[in-house]
Amino acid sequence: MARGIRDKVAIIGMGCSKFGERWDSNAEDLMVEAFNEALTDAGIEKNQIEAAWLGTAFDRVHVGASALPLSTALRLSSIPVTRVENMCATGTEALRGATYAVASGACDIALALGVEKLKDTGYGGLPAGSRGPLPDLWVPNGSAPGNFAQLATAYSAKHGVSAQDLKEAIGHVSWKSHQNGAKNSKAHLQKAVTMETILNAPMIAEPLGLFDCCGVSDGSACAIVTTPEIAKSLGKQDIVSIKALQLCLSDGVESAFNTWDGSHFATTRVAAKKAYEEAGIKDPRKELSMIEVHDCFSVTELVTMEDLYISAEGQAVKDVMDGFYDADGPVPCQIDGGLKCFGHPIGASGLRMIYEVYLQLLGRAGPRQLKNPTFGLTHNLGGAPHANVSAISVIGRYN
Amino acid sequence: MAAGITAFGAYIPRLRLNRASIAAAHKWAMPGLRGMAKGERSMCNWDEDAITMAVEAARDCLTGRDRSDIDGVFFASTTLPFIDRQNAGVIGAALNLEHGISSLDITGSQRAGTSALITALKSAGEGDTLLVAADARKAQPASSSEMQFGHGAAALTVGTGNIVARLVGSYTVTTDFVDHFRGEGQEFDYGWEERWIREEGYSKIVPQAVKALLEKTGVAGAQISRFVMPCTMKGIPDRIAKGFGIPAEAVADTLGEVCGDTGAAHALLMLAAALETAKAGDLILVAAFGQGADAILLEVTDAIASLPGRQGVSGALARGRKEDDYMKFLSFQGNVKLDWGMRGEVDNKTALSSEYRNKEMVTGFTGGKCSVCGTVQFPRTHYCVNPNCQALDTQEPYSFADSPARVMSFTADWLSYNPSPPFFYGQVQFETGGRVLMGFTDTDAGQIDVGSSLKMMFRIKDYDNDRGYRRYFWKAAPVSTGKEA
Repeated sequence: MARGIRDKVAIIGMGCSKFGERWDSNAEDLMVEAFNEALTDAGIEKNQIEAAWLGTAFDRVHVGASALPLSTALRLSSIPVTRVENMCATGTEALRGATYAVASGACDIALALGVEKLKDTGYGGLPAGSRGPLPDLWVPNGSAPGNFAQLATAYSAKHGVSAQDLKEAIGHVSWKSHQNGAKNSKAHLQKAVTMETILNAPMIAEPLGLFDCCGVSDGSACAIVTTPEIAKSLGKQDIVSIKALQLCLSDGVESAFNTWDGSHFATTRVAAKKAYEEAGIKDPRKELSMIEVHDCFSVTELVTMEDLYISAEGQAVKDVMDGFYDADGPVPCQIDGGLKCFGHPIGASGLRMIYEVYLQLLGRAGPRQLKNPTFGLTHNLGGAPHANVSAISVIGRYN
Repeated sequence: MAAGITAFGAYIPRLRLNRASIAAAHKWAMPGLRGMAKGERSMCNWDEDAITMAVEAARDCLTGRDRSDIDGVFFASTTLPFIDRQNAGVIGAALNLEHGISSLDITGSQRAGTSALITALKSAGEGDTLLVAADARKAQPASSSEMQFGHGAAALTVGTGNIVARLVGSYTVTTDFVDHFRGEGQEFDYGWEERWIREEGYSKIVPQAVKALLEKTGVAGAQISRFVMPCTMKGIPDRIAKGFGIPAEAVADTLGEVCGDTGAAHALLMLAAALETAKAGDLILVAAFGQGADAILLEVTDAIASLPGRQGVSGALARGRKEDDYMKFLSFQGNVKLDWGMRGEVDNKTALSSEYRNKEMVTGFTGGKCSVCGTVQFPRTHYCVNPNCQALDTQEPYSFADSPARVMSFTADWLSYNPSPPFFYGQVQFETGGRVLMGFTDTDAGQIDVGSSLKMMFRIKDYDNDRGYRRYFWKAAPVSTGKEA
């Protein structure tokens, strides 16, 4: 493969707003809140930023089109600012833009910022709307939980897992995130819940109950990136660098050919392999210190453990039930609460995950700090199991 | 050349509203309705209308035959989903009929179906005319119509070759007898006293037509094997039959107990039921009332025995599922407005240019079959989806409408808007290859699982109530195995 992105770009500052139902805030407030934290963290002047990427998905419900909302909110004077949108991978996509710009030498310092203000729609869940003139004519108007819930029926059928066992395993996934989110003051949901509550919650899309679905939240997160050399020249001691950034999109095979079985994400498997190679990771189950994955729904997290080659195929239920991904397990997953409890403002989520890995690597994660993490993986999924965007980043200490 | 019927088909919606549930709902105000509360009436699912029912009846009628010799589509209905847009054209497109066909909507009377049949028989030429009749009549809550009406469709092909029932003769009486009417912009029929309709209408006008027909054809009433006459009033067909010496056992069941009166479709639906059990030499007399009366005499031929098997009326009836929820019926009829929340506010405006450009794909459910690797796929695209092929512009049109399929994955979604929650949908894997993410219809909880058999049905995809439009696509329905609960 090409030389890749490993260790070419360092993160020198990150920020993240409080996620949640931010009734008092608009998108500008959230962007400024995340950005100010990152700018302070980076210890640079705002005018040292030479290019910026804004990631936002449902622009029509909050900021509107183009990257102008970012350049005007932050008063970024006369620099290139670009808006990116790639469904739930949008935040990571923004970072990819900024990272590639720095790696190419086109600029020294770049900003990636993701934001989503979802709570102005008037209801829970993602905004429903047109999918385009042709899809509107034939694609069912299903919801996100409905699309992802289909993983459960296909996974059960493929691996011979009973509906009850699967429901309990995905329930444990949510239980774990709630345990973790309770230790995170920026998380949307900060209350631990019992398995009984999770299993008996109202049905959203069978077999996903209310507690199998992540929170639809308002929030923003951002990163300021530069080269490791410049980071050093700025006096940075502990440097966090980007080890891999991979993106893989469906080519329509899952939705229209006959090979995919509906139980996993073909794109995540490809992106994971490429990311491990780019990052120099041989055995993810042993080498990864922590992971933040796209747990939009509990069943998504469960199958993703296999797609990332951490659990063997068909073994995710066992690993989950064994506590392998719990806070005190070998590979803690969603130590910050995940999408489930930290919340899921679409455009911000990818950067929020990297924010947690960044904090952990720098020993700044407070009550949820892990022991001596070296590599963290983040993963986003946009779309639906049959047609999606999968993004993976690996972040680690720069040696 | 002699003209006649060459094939028949029928469709009755799966849902059958228990009439007792109607009576129970209105008991507080109209206790008298209890007297009519026997049996069940068919009711459209939320995604069914006269067009979708017509397509299903037509598919049943066209079982096992090449569609290329159909050269015309007649659609008879008094509940045409579109007042100004040819409804027959939608049916033709859904059936993937050839483009060089004639088409016509026929409406305005409860005998639109039989009048269309007479016209088709009289004008029969070389190709077959597909005549479809369907009605989804809406009734005002607590009206006797609500008890009497049913929803359904029937289809016939009419031509001069391979005739299963030959036209012996027909006779029509036209008179402006207004027993009921529905004025422009009105939702419901308005009717006059039933006793007057019975005595001055049915009892005088139908016999005029029957008498003239029997005289004209020289056939005696006693020779009639089956007397087909829709009528919601008990005893009238028997009384008329008796007047002509038609044997009592020849009087056809009006399907009132199991289906209800399907309006402009009903005479043809009853005729389809008669043809299902008919044998060569049978004489079938069809009489239909509505601002006059049509009378048609048909003689069944030997060819009836060689028609391929089809669902027919008995198959459609066997597929029924009892529905006791009157409120669901009201909602499906648009007679009560429920609060569906903001998700129900989505704008379903259709880009008509896109719909026209993609009508074979969407209305005809046509995908592609790669001429290089043979991969069947939906939608049909420029590049083949097979990762080992990806050939450019090699896909020939391939219809999925009649392909057997099974459930690959599914869910029951309570979040997204659906007029009959939960919304069942999932990946549908076709046995010929190809898969499509589809909505399911006529599905109940626990009825499907991964691997369950599915068949395709033509249904309403979305309503655009702001503009009075509706769009159609295909949905997957479980293949039922006889009478359901």
